Amino acid sequence: MCAKPLKKEPRQVETTGHSWDGIEEWNNPLPRWWVWVFVGTIVWGVGYTVAYPAWPLLTEATPGVIGGNTRLDVATEIAAVDKSNEAIKAKLVAADLTAISADEELANFATNAGAAIFRTNCATCHGSGAAGVEGKGYPNLLDDDWLWGGTMEDIHLTITHGIRNTTDKDARYSEMPKFGADEILDATQIAQVAEHVLALSGQEHDATLAAAGATVFVDAGCNACHMDDGTGDRMQGAPNLTDAIWLYGGSREAIIETVTYARFGVMPNWNERLSEDEIRAVAFFVHSRGGGE
Amino acid sequence: MSTPETEPALYAAREPVFPRRVKGTFRTLKWWIMGITLGIYYLTPWLRWDRGPSLPDQAVLVDMANRRFFFFMIEIWPHEFYFIAGLLIMAGLGLFLFTSAAGRVWCGYACPQTVWTDLFILVERWVEGDRNARIRLFRQKWDAEKIRKRAVKWTIWFLIGLATGGAWIFYFTDAPTLLRDLVTGQASMIAYITMLILTLTTFAFGGFAREQICIYACPWPRIQAAMMDEDTLTIGYRDWRGEPRGKQTIEGNGDCIDCMACVNVCPMGIDIRNGQQLACITCGLCIDACNDMMDKIGKPRDLIGYLALTDETRERAGLPRKPIMAHVFRLRTMIYTVLWSAVGIGLVVALFMRSPIDVNVTPVRNPTFVTLSDGSIRNAYDLRLRNMHGEEAQFTITVTSDTNVTMSLEGAEGLTVTVPANETMSQRVYLTAAPGTRAAVEDRSDVRIWVAELGTTNRVYHDTIFNGKED
Repeated sequence: MCAKPLKKEPRQVETTGHSWDGIEEWNNPLPRWWVWVFVGTIVWGVGYTVAYPAWPLLTEATPGVIGGNTRLDVATEIAAVDKSNEAIKAKLVAADLTAISADEELANFATNAGAAIFRTNCATCHGSGAAGVEGKGYPNLLDDDWLWGGTMEDIHLTITHGIRNTTDKDARYSEMPKFGADEILDATQIAQVAEHVLALSGQEHDATLAAAGATVFVDAGCNACHMDDGTGDRMQGAPNLTDAIWLYGGSREAIIETVTYARFGVMPNWNERLSEDEIRAVAFFVHSRGGGE
Repeated sequence: MSTPETEPALYAAREPVFPRRVKGTFRTLKWWIMGITLGIYYLTPWLRWDRGPSLPDQAVLVDMANRRFFFFMIEIWPHEFYFIAGLLIMAGLGLFLFTSAAGRVWCGYACPQTVWTDLFILVERWVEGDRNARIRLFRQKWDAEKIRKRAVKWTIWFLIGLATGGAWIFYFTDAPTLLRDLVTGQASMIAYITMLILTLTTFAFGGFAREQICIYACPWPRIQAAMMDEDTLTIGYRDWRGEPRGKQTIEGNGDCIDCMACVNVCPMGIDIRNGQQLACITCGLCIDACNDMMDKIGKPRDLIGYLALTDETRERAGLPRKPIMAHVFRLRTMIYTVLWSAVGIGLVVALFMRSPIDVNVTPVRNPTFVTLSDGSIRNAYDLRLRNMHGEEAQFTITVTSDTNVTMSLEGAEGLTVTVPANETMSQRVYLTAAPGTRAAVEDRSDVRIWVAELGTTNRVYHDTIFNGKED
């Protein structure tokens, strides 16, 4: 075994002049096939720019002679997916609202489609996790408390027509009087009724004031909507005042503010922006997040 | 800078290689390795392995559509891909081990490029004759004989390529079904395209590119030098014994009679007497050729043979060479062996310890908890449950914790769910802590979610966290 060639190479090879520990770098000619492959890639590359959109012009790029591009491909593929979903969408629209969960395929589709629709349209107010914003008037959709009802039919109706909007005459509607701002009750009475509401929900309160507030609660007509026991009325979207969930906050200050100025939460009617299958999908999604009735 | 007399060309044509037929130990070894490796490659997809009615019965199957890898009794799911990664690491370490011990044995004996080239040369020799006949044919005009021989050779090459490309796609779907579909033209376009590409690459690489792949395309010859040292066995020419080469009748000449047998049999077209070189794949055919010649002229064998750099120094000094085992068993190869075995043992242990139920529990973090109307605190968890059995199975989900939390499942009465065979189910699980209890008011409490398969003793758990509403 020898380190150096014993015979001189028949062909003299140019060296680069580099030498490490006596090992020289030769400048051998490239393999012919390699050169042709290299040239071929250049030709292919030029051809590619002719076939596909490539060369920038003043306002756009050359369209490419084969007329195809990846954006068109995406549009085609989306159209294909939409088409493949047509049957199940039709099935979703035809299904009984309460029967969706029993059909595994339909439930799966509605959950996934609904999640996407929720993220795009609903998350702005209700949050990406559907937990709303506590105390700010954006309801948490995960809990078991519903202003307008938590069955599939209730949720479907709420999403379709919305709440207190002016664009849909079928929107859910109710309005609480501005007891303070409109001088229906004075500051003392408001403080008293607020104390009563604190008592209803089992929070710390002044018993004397609360007893007076119970009278105000009936005299001012609060019980017309919130009921005598304060459990509210879903027909009117009147909140349950006895539970632990407060849309605008359950502290003494927040309750006084609510009674004084009232609240007027609005939700758009989605029947103009979403199709029936989309509304059903997102209703099913909301219903299956833990609070559905 | 040394300048040759003439300006060097930018490129040079491939110099054709016409390896002569040779017989001997290494040639026999190579025939056996070729038979075994090609046999494994072509036949494996046709082996059957009964896995019950709902799973494929192909012994080795990469089931892309269902994201499953089947290997006899072993079934690998996507979440167990580390097994494949581990096998690849073992393959890499194994390559290091063999290279440090015996040089480019992978290149010379087991590399697909070498095996298929060997097969193609066999066909070439069978159709066109041995070295001299092939050189003659190469120089011959394109007459009827040349056209006929070339056509026959290329047809056989193409058929081998077709079988090679075909065998590859059989690994990815049920082989008998796919073969029928391929023949009747009902297989998917991707199957035909894959097959065509592999057919053409086999045809081109084995028939025409051959040693060019090893010299110019393959990165391995560049990397392997890092695993080799002065004790690595590799093929060398004992120039201290062979030189000066020439006629034996002349006084003072060495054992090499310059018969060119070693050059003529070389599939890489090199002269091993120039020393170990980049293009040498250490296939051992020159050893066979030289030994054959040494036997004929009555000289000792192994003028060309497996030896290491340290042997050269010793033999030049008149000492006996180190025993083969002293070359093979040394610190470097030991380290590679230990690493290789460690990964292997780890994989085998992991394989036997894997649970038949795979559960993954992800606490829902948006929001971390929900207050219910009675003031209780509820956490949600997304539970992914894999049923890795061939039949539908029922699982009961429970919770243990040193706090009082109660469990309920979304969309299900009770705590039992049914998962179809070989499917992954996503189930939302709720844990609720009553108002004022420790779990409800503490920031974090530990909980353990258990999944038990009904009717079996299979039971696994997953530890996670319950988030309370801190005041």
